[in-house]
Amino acid sequence: MSAPEHLHALESEAIHIMREVAAELERPVLMFSGGKDSIVLLRLAEKAFRPGRFPFPVLHVDTGHNFPEVLEYRDRRVAELGERLIVARVQDTIDAGRVHDEWDPRKPGSSRNRLQTVTLLDAIEEHRFDAAFGGARRDEERARAKERVFSFRDELGQWDPRAQRPELWNLYNGRIRRGEHVRVFPISNWTELDVWRYIEQEELELPSIYFAHEREVFTHDGMLLAVSEHVDPGDAERELTSVRYRTVGDMTITGAVRSDAADIATVVTEIAATRVTERGETRADDRTSEAAMEDRKRMGYF
Amino acid sequence: MAATRQLLRLATAGSVDDGKSTLIGRLLLDAKLLLEDTLDALHRAGTNGTPDLAAITDGLRAEREQGITIDVAYRYFTTPRRSFIIADTPGHERYTRNMVTGASTAHLAVILIDARNGIVDQSRRHTAISSLLGIHHLVAAVNKMDLVDWDEARFRQIEAEFSALAHRLGVENARAIPISALHGDNVVERGAAPWYDGPPLLEHLEQVDVATDRGAGPLRLPVQWIIRPEDGGRGARRYAGQMAGGTLRPGDEVVVLPSGARTTVTAIEQLDRRLEAAAPPDSIAVQIADDLDVGRGDTFVGPADQPQGGREIEATLCWMAETPLRAGDRFTLKYTTRTLRATVDSIDALLDVTTLDRVDPPEQLGLNDIARVVLRTSAPVYADPYDHNRTTGAFILVDDHTNDTVAAGLVRSVRPGEAHSHRSPDVTWHESGLDRGERWAALGARGATFWFTGLPASGKSTIGARLERRLVEAGHPAYFLDGDNIRHGLSGDLGFSPGDRRENIRRVAHVARLMADAGVVSIVSLVSPYAADRELARELHEAARLPFIEVFVDTPVEVCEQRDPKGLYARARAGDLKSFTGVSAPYEAPETPEILIRGAEEEADAAVDRLLAELERYKPHD
Repeated sequence: MSAPEHLHALESEAIHIMREVAAELERPVLMFSGGKDSIVLLRLAEKAFRPGRFPFPVLHVDTGHNFPEVLEYRDRRVAELGERLIVARVQDTIDAGRVHDEWDPRKPGSSRNRLQTVTLLDAIEEHRFDAAFGGARRDEERARAKERVFSFRDELGQWDPRAQRPELWNLYNGRIRRGEHVRVFPISNWTELDVWRYIEQEELELPSIYFAHEREVFTHDGMLLAVSEHVDPGDAERELTSVRYRTVGDMTITGAVRSDAADIATVVTEIAATRVTERGETRADDRTSEAAMEDRKRMGYF
Repeated sequence: MAATRQLLRLATAGSVDDGKSTLIGRLLLDAKLLLEDTLDALHRAGTNGTPDLAAITDGLRAEREQGITIDVAYRYFTTPRRSFIIADTPGHERYTRNMVTGASTAHLAVILIDARNGIVDQSRRHTAISSLLGIHHLVAAVNKMDLVDWDEARFRQIEAEFSALAHRLGVENARAIPISALHGDNVVERGAAPWYDGPPLLEHLEQVDVATDRGAGPLRLPVQWIIRPEDGGRGARRYAGQMAGGTLRPGDEVVVLPSGARTTVTAIEQLDRRLEAAAPPDSIAVQIADDLDVGRGDTFVGPADQPQGGREIEATLCWMAETPLRAGDRFTLKYTTRTLRATVDSIDALLDVTTLDRVDPPEQLGLNDIARVVLRTSAPVYADPYDHNRTTGAFILVDDHTNDTVAAGLVRSVRPGEAHSHRSPDVTWHESGLDRGERWAALGARGATFWFTGLPASGKSTIGARLERRLVEAGHPAYFLDGDNIRHGLSGDLGFSPGDRRENIRRVAHVARLMADAGVVSIVSLVSPYAADRELARELHEAARLPFIEVFVDTPVEVCEQRDPKGLYARARAGDLKSFTGVSAPYEAPETPEILIRGAEEEADAAVDRLLAELERYKPHD
């Protein structure tokens, strides 16, 4: 079967973007969360740079609250590719006294999500990265709909939505001053469904939590959170049920969806029929306020 | 889902009053493409149970608060027939640049027109910009038809006017659709106008044939990146890039520009797949038969249909910065994967953005102005007219100080414009019948040019004058061309704008070349802050096969300022002198001068010794 034309166009655009960054910036890095979007990025990097090596390492910001299945996948996948993995740990940032832990296992919904920003910026400074690829998509959230493919961050890692460079044709301007860096989003123009269809088309392996599995969960603030060493449900009612994850974040704040979809084709069918957005369904962090995402982006969040 | 579903990129233009955001919201709502939580948020934002449709697209908080759309927002939706990317652009004249940005990648533009007001200047501007940016499909969404009681005569009048406007601008595929975004008529579902027999907007968007013939036109493959395999096994280098025109097949003969070298493509790859053919928008990697020096910025083209190369670009420029553009200003220019320096040679005409008619050339361009300009580049460019190729005919200008993208450019033509093109067209060079060898032999000397560059008060003239003395004392004719002295006579009519500076340098470069040709060692001492100007002087000499020795007197600005024999730094600091190099104007240090003199450290005599030794190198070895 030939690839759908629109998916092929999106893929070609993303490869073009990755090659532009590799050519025009000195020290890029690819931010890898173990989630499906960054798994797609790795695939696109293969298409852009093989049979050469990736002209950048892979960076994971580890909150200490990741799903073990995701960490296992991360290590295996990066080893398969033969590329370099850098792990920046939020715990180290806390231990260094740079931030205070905001997570309390007895308070479901609390997380280290915000703290990742500091760890990430520290890693960017330490390794003198001047470009960081991320898997963000414009369809995820309204503030992202206006973010450029090349998104500039000042020395403090902050994004100024009012001072974005015009982005014309496929001519990206990656010029920055020392100390600044640019976040680059090669799959800006993809939708959630595009990502899933691409995974299906390319037969990409995903961490097992993306598919239906039995898990002990409880309901918190309308979301299904997993019971784990990081989250204590307290008195909330626990149940063992078949779930899968639609996004991959911290165990502390990523909600599961009830599902029996055990393979990609079934998941794609479910996603195509869903009536709730990805972030609305599964990310407690984005529901806090109308402008939650815009605020965090201004602060340097990915 | 159809396997061949196309991607349609469309731009929407119109102001908030025209109901553009409401239209997009309606499109998504009625096509059942809004998910429940988004819909909930819209209901919370709306009143009386009516969702606030505009809230879907007005993403940034400032926009929600002010109720206007400032930036380009991208929206995505998919129907069983097509995938759509909407570039939602603000309508106000102040945001023309945003519309240009959104339109740059669009296949189709939807222009919102308020039925009560009809075609207004803004509609004309949106239509004109769309046509300028090469969009061949326009839709006038005549909105708020409910407020004119679905008056057919009113719609037909607007339709006729729009059609005439599009025709005049050369857009062949234009149509008008009467709608009410608020109530949903003719957006997704048919609506209140029985007299309208055309398709609703969405149906039109799904059906309109925007397919350009894939792979038609001349081959263009700009090289982005060289892939060097690690393992010796799969050996050969690959040249990676995205197809920008034509069709490429293994076995095709190609020309590499700018070198002009020819070779054959032996393989086209995408990861582990070997392709039989590639066409836009494929991102590919190719192998070639010969071991050539091919790098980023080079372009593979077909031998038969090569783009015009040259250093003069005639272009339409959309100016996007707050600071005005003047002739003589310089920038970094990026087209395809190539980056070089460019100077704005002249601003020839301003375009009326509602008609694209030429109006008198302005002194300068302001934010959102669109004009015809001529640019000169530091090296030859090989670009296509934008009308022929929207990828290889497009460029951006980047400000070297702010790093901002300050202009979008559309190539109209490329002209040779070599360094010596300033010759007068009707005058031919008069050969004296005497060759240079005879002349130099009679004089017992050989001509050359020393070109001193560096900050004001860096010590250029001190060293230059001493070099002149040493040469003349040794019996060699030499002449010191001091920048200040030249300005008293030959360049007495010039000021210090970038354009005038360039002209001054051009004159001095020609004088130096003539004197060198005569057998004299010309010693030029000029701040000459711009690399492109010095390059021009060098090319002039190299074309005439005369030695050109660039001498960079590198003295820290603090030292220069301390010396300040003419008190110029003090005046510049006080704001008396505008665009003073080193204080308020940039200095582009030479990267590879023939001679580098550390002005704060090296004694003038020692420096002169080195300069004389350098000159020796140019003597023929007989």
